[in-house]
Amino acid sequence: MGELDSGVGGYFAGMKNNSSFKKICVTVVWSWLFIFAMVPVLLTLITSFLTADSSSLVVFKPTLQNYTQLFNSAYLKILLQSLYLATSCTLLCLIIGYPFAFTIARSKSRHRALLLLLVMIPFWTSSLIRTYAIMALIKAKGILNTVLLAIGLIHHPLPILYSYSAVLLGCVYDLLPFMILPLYGNIEKLNPDLLEAAQDLGAGKIRTMVKVVFPLTMPGIIAGTLLVFLPAMTMFYIPVLLGGAKNLLLGNLIENQFLSANNWPMGAAISMLITVFMGAMILLYWRNAQSKDKQNLQELV
Amino acid sequence: MYTNIVELKGVSKCFGDYKALETIDLTIQNGEFITLLGPSGCGKTTILRLISGLEKPDTGHIFINGQDVTDWPPEHRHLNMVFQSYALFPHMTVFENIAFGLRCRKIAKNEIVERVEEILRIVKLTKLAQRKPDQLSGGQQQRVAIARAVVNRPLVLLLDEPLSALDYNLRKDMQVELKQLQRKLGVTFVFVTHDQEEALSMSDRVAVMNEGHIEQLGTPRDVYEEPANLYVAEFIGETNVFETKVIRSDKQTVEVKVEDKRFTFKNKRGLKTRQEVCVTVRPEDLAVWRQEEVGEVSDDMLPGKVEQVIYKGSIVELVVRLESNKRIYATEFFNEDDEKLDYQIGERVWVNWIPGWEVILPV
Repeated sequence: MGELDSGVGGYFAGMKNNSSFKKICVTVVWSWLFIFAMVPVLLTLITSFLTADSSSLVVFKPTLQNYTQLFNSAYLKILLQSLYLATSCTLLCLIIGYPFAFTIARSKSRHRALLLLLVMIPFWTSSLIRTYAIMALIKAKGILNTVLLAIGLIHHPLPILYSYSAVLLGCVYDLLPFMILPLYGNIEKLNPDLLEAAQDLGAGKIRTMVKVVFPLTMPGIIAGTLLVFLPAMTMFYIPVLLGGAKNLLLGNLIENQFLSANNWPMGAAISMLITVFMGAMILLYWRNAQSKDKQNLQELV
Repeated sequence: MYTNIVELKGVSKCFGDYKALETIDLTIQNGEFITLLGPSGCGKTTILRLISGLEKPDTGHIFINGQDVTDWPPEHRHLNMVFQSYALFPHMTVFENIAFGLRCRKIAKNEIVERVEEILRIVKLTKLAQRKPDQLSGGQQQRVAIARAVVNRPLVLLLDEPLSALDYNLRKDMQVELKQLQRKLGVTFVFVTHDQEEALSMSDRVAVMNEGHIEQLGTPRDVYEEPANLYVAEFIGETNVFETKVIRSDKQTVEVKVEDKRFTFKNKRGLKTRQEVCVTVRPEDLAVWRQEEVGEVSDDMLPGKVEQVIYKGSIVELVVRLESNKRIYATEFFNEDDEKLDYQIGERVWVNWIPGWEVILPV
């Protein structure tokens, strides 16, 4: 019995060491998150309720004016435009990214590494520089137009740059890897027997996709959608560079408020609006996932 | 309905450089339980996948119910497969899994419900219809996989090692259930396994496969008692093999030397003088005699020493080292004449068998 006691004691001593290590790790992570994520958000939140001042940026005079101003139709229009851009960008990424991810996941393993590398290479260069590269491609005397003119497909240069299409192209180009990678992760885990089973049971390719592949890769679709949609809402340099001054979006609006208009409280208010909106989306997704888990648990019981 | 439900004519298949299947011919009769038996990589699963349409043959033609289906995709073949991994759809309930094939065939809703419920009753899963596959045990998942296939009333049910993931007792039960189900439905079963016991106990016919070709196709009794060659003899069950040469032969008899003793056996396979052969005897066909049981040593008795005694409840397995230093296995059954099977290790014994129970195979 004595032996057993000391054994158990030793075990608990080990646990204690282990748990203090765990505490340190958790503390570091939480303080990091608090200092670099929570504090800036809190500062923005506070600023959004203060009054702008031309001489000292902000004065401590609490007000709700920044938020009431948001219901101005000009701002709402920008919000809708941003939503429209983000939605089209996400849909395009999904339409392009899904077959891409599917092909990578189903290719031979030695090709797979290369294809994944091709997806990741853009990360090695700053996205700002890559956006300038796109400008070089699509501008009036750019590479695309030169080639198309040379082979006689067009007779006048296509006015792509500084259009809505250019902005959309830039966003899709920049965010596509964020769609492909989670999708790839999900499709790769899919048991190929399931596809064969569906085929064996009489399902054609489309049915197999709709009834088996899409539902099973839904977590990847949702993750990719969030990863593309949320940044697309606040993209600011791509609309500036590729859209010219024509397409004002939420990201540009915030940038303007902070840097040009010197209206920090207004910029903060718009930022908070977006933060709340995105938070709500993530919460919705999380709630949905959780309720499904609960449902499964109840069925099990 | 054709009597030959499936026919493979001159079918072969390569994967890259690897020859998975040599050119083979195989005819499967309607309503039979046929097993493709062999070690991994022998091509048994390839045959199954060729029949199902999941693979296309490099050469040859496949006929199902009299029609050449070589170029048909799997979804048009009206066969169903039970996968080794079960391949149940994890996002669907048991009911939805089973109904999947019927929905693909656009069968009326009320008929789907009827047929699914009927099959659920047969496989005893009615209560679990609304569960997801991950809430089921291995045996239950297995039954769902079978139900999902047979609910479509396929011409042939293809089963790819369906019992290999189950533990021993459950596997035994499922063997019986599968056999009963097959009798009840009257559907042709093509069953792939590497387990020879499973193959012998369940099948009407067994195709013993090795390195991409069929070594022997016959009833379980045929392949066990009259193996076509040494590979089949050694793969199916255990056997003792004596390598030797034919001393003299004529149409009726063949004379060989086994362990320095001359034996004259019936010449069933037309063996010729000086031909290299193997004399094979099953352990259960060997009789082991103790010193006191043997009055006068007859010519056909091989002397040896007991090296190991393995007690297995209803039988005792003996490992006997013969004088030539060859080890042989003998299985002794407990019976009324021979109650005491308490052999001692190192004990001197004599081994023989009833002439005619040996199988002589050319090398």
